Amino acid sequence: MNRTYELMFIVRPDMADEDLDKLVSNLETTVTSAAGAVKSIDRMGKRRLAYTVRKFREGIYILMTIEGAGTVIHELERRLRVTEQVIKFLTVRVDQEQKRLDKIQKLRDSRKKASAQPAASAEEAPAAAEPPTADVPTATV
Amino acid sequence: MTEETKAPAATERPSRPFGERSGGGDRPRFGGGGGRSGPGGPPREGGRKFFRRKKVCKFCTEKIADINYKDYRLLGQFVAESGKIVPRRLTGVCSPHQHRLASAIKQARNIALLPFAGRAS
Repeated sequence: MNRTYELMFIVRPDMADEDLDKLVSNLETTVTSAAGAVKSIDRMGKRRLAYTVRKFREGIYILMTIEGAGTVIHELERRLRVTEQVIKFLTVRVDQEQKRLDKIQKLRDSRKKASAQPAASAEEAPAAAEPPTADVPTATV
Repeated sequence: MTEETKAPAATERPSRPFGERSGGGDRPRFGGGGGRSGPGGPPREGGRKFFRRKKVCKFCTEKIADINYKDYRLLGQFVAESGKIVPRRLTGVCSPHQHRLASAIKQARNIALLPFAGRAS
């Protein structure tokens, strides 16, 4: 029940801001009512499309990160398909990828820490070596 | 006599070709045809005498772990003018990264961040 998805959809460019907000909040309520959680919503703004989609050259991109089971996405996509303003959408599952990236990051952090330690101990060693050498002549004397 | 006939060609591959080897001239060949190694040396290549400078995988050297469909600028570097995905032998990307790159490019194409064909706007 803890799958993480990224849903990116494109909305027609001539849509008003308030309509967009309404649409987004509708989707949010859909998610929460289907026992999911919206982690973040990112409005990426108007962008030029790489090819014409339904006779539009530009579109407003929105990215939503959602946590939940597959049924949540099923319902969301059904709604998006019906909504006339949404011209394209893409859902990607990201929890496995995120796990892999976290693992790599952890590995890199632990490596950095390990390389930082010998530098610290190298500083300590000469400092520690000095007092014994200072002591030795006094000991012999 | 028996020792000569007993020793098959498979146990040892001396540099001198046996009589039974198919004639490829008397140039010494190690380990068979050797056609797979690419521009590793003068044989097999038409006139190329030099080593092609070994291209390194950009993702391995710069330690980029995340190849996402969202960063179209990074992906656009591996896409030709025509919109096609550039083969690995030209870009020097290593195999696992090329797979991830291809998947990301295809996802980006689907969401109109990269074109299917034609110049990327």
